[in-house]
Amino acid sequence: MLDISNLHVSIGDKPIIDGLSLSVPAGEVHAVMGPNGAGKSTLSYTLAGRAGYEVTDGSATLDGEDLLALSPDERAARGVFLSFQYPLEIPGVPALTFIRTALNAQHKARGEPEVSAPEFLKRVREAAGKLRMDMDMLKRGLNVGFSGGEKKRMEILQMLMLEPRFLILDETDSGLDIDALRIVSEGVNALRSPDRGMLVITHYQRLLDYIRPDRVHVLAAGRIVASGGPELALELEREGYDKYAQGGREAA
Amino acid sequence: MTVAAAIAARDPDLLPSRRDEDWRWTGLRELIRVVPPASAAVRDVAGADALADLGWPTLVFANGRALEEVEVAIPATGKGRFVRRFVSAGAGTAHHLEATVTVGEGARLVLIDSFEGQAGDYLASAALSFDLAAGAEVERIVLLDDAEDAVSVARSTVALGAGARFHQTVLAAGAKRQRFETHVRHPGEGVNVRLDGAYVLTGKRHSDQTTVVTHVGRDGVTTQLTKGVAADQARGVFQGRIVVERGADGTDARMAHHALLLSDRAEIDAKPELEIYADDVACAHGNTVGALDEAAIFYARARGIPEVHAKAMLTTAFLGEVVERILNDEVREAAHAWLLGKLEGLA
Repeated sequence: MLDISNLHVSIGDKPIIDGLSLSVPAGEVHAVMGPNGAGKSTLSYTLAGRAGYEVTDGSATLDGEDLLALSPDERAARGVFLSFQYPLEIPGVPALTFIRTALNAQHKARGEPEVSAPEFLKRVREAAGKLRMDMDMLKRGLNVGFSGGEKKRMEILQMLMLEPRFLILDETDSGLDIDALRIVSEGVNALRSPDRGMLVITHYQRLLDYIRPDRVHVLAAGRIVASGGPELALELEREGYDKYAQGGREAA
Repeated sequence: MTVAAAIAARDPDLLPSRRDEDWRWTGLRELIRVVPPASAAVRDVAGADALADLGWPTLVFANGRALEEVEVAIPATGKGRFVRRFVSAGAGTAHHLEATVTVGEGARLVLIDSFEGQAGDYLASAALSFDLAAGAEVERIVLLDDAEDAVSVARSTVALGAGARFHQTVLAAGAKRQRFETHVRHPGEGVNVRLDGAYVLTGKRHSDQTTVVTHVGRDGVTTQLTKGVAADQARGVFQGRIVVERGADGTDARMAHHALLLSDRAEIDAKPELEIYADDVACAHGNTVGALDEAAIFYARARGIPEVHAKAMLTTAFLGEVVERILNDEVREAAHAWLLGKLEGLA
């Protein structure tokens, strides 16, 4: 599924990702944990294709296809979905319009037929119901005036509607209270399947109580410095990142 | 009426120049060396596009003359509605027209004024006046669809009785030079004036929306929102002046102009002015010029929306705020479609 090899990424002249390698096979959920400034968000933006994140070396492929050569919308059409840490507000574009435009753009790019308006509404009602979201929220400008938790739900709603093949969750737990965390996690877990992969990027172990990872990787100073099973997340929760941050510096 | 005078005398020296402060961004004397000859009368014009073709009663003016004498009755109660089409159909010619709309006490009118270029390289001028009696209500939508190599100037003057309501939305696509002026004498006395506008400019098109609202009585309300986008080498001009005369206390006047520059070579010129000679007034103006939000474009692209569509969607949303303020449902939908049509030219 997703294979990242020796990835180096700079913002401006500043190297942030420094030789990162990581593989997520189909059907697995991998967590990437790390202290602030380790390069977690840079990793997620680089995979999604944001301008200004310059890949200076290495590769990232999805099912063997070079992701880095594709535009952000082409990556989305191939099934890559980034749940943003800070979702944008788009005044004047109702969420329903935005999601339907995105869905049909992806279908078009893949040569699939458009989703009809009634079919779309039926599916969106179902997904909103799962996330306990009011349909009225979807008729207003996307994310405008929403709380942090509401914005995160909107990300998951888009995810449920777009049915991506590879999910990247960037600090999805930030700004969520415990009830919202549970609802959002249920939404994510509903998408777990043998042909999907997920990368869950988080600072805290808390989210991993709800979205149980198959593997946990520690990101420090721009590279993976340790990998293990779910127990690694618990160890980080107990002991913190200090020894890895140090190790990262020594290794560099 | 200097453009009208220049056309009548075929004297380019009578045209407004950019040395005139109010015409600094839309000077015509520098552009027109020879005033074109008068347009010929025509008997027929081509059909209208969507918005002018709602099936409403329609008056057609071609090359400055009414095609036929049509009496449009506005019911004293209930809502009247009609379309006026101002068609320029004589390439390389000039014309000026004058027309008046009188709205009786308590009458309500929805009016579409559609300026259409069906030939190139013309010089068109119009002086349109409105006289609203007490309690009359007018919602006016203006479409400026001139030819890209034309020069088109229109000036509207609005007189209002007590308690009247005048709401206007001007949608402009520009021309070689295009200027739309609205002058309102605001008597206060519960009168509500709204002057909105939107422009979508591509190529080398130019569009100038100029408004002057003079508050002469107490407790008048004016709101203005103009939004526009300029791409390529286009130029958008907004000049808004609100004058609050001595004694016009309690005036509440708000004016905003926001523009998007979609290219390095496009230009926006804005001059919002408040002249206040009364106490106890609430007046404000806001003006911004910027680019599309790159973060929002990336967000849309990350969801699978191609860049061109993402930009069109954000631009439509930006201008949509103006169209949303149109009260008449039928017109609002048609106006939205008109804007979408112009925005396709951006891609």
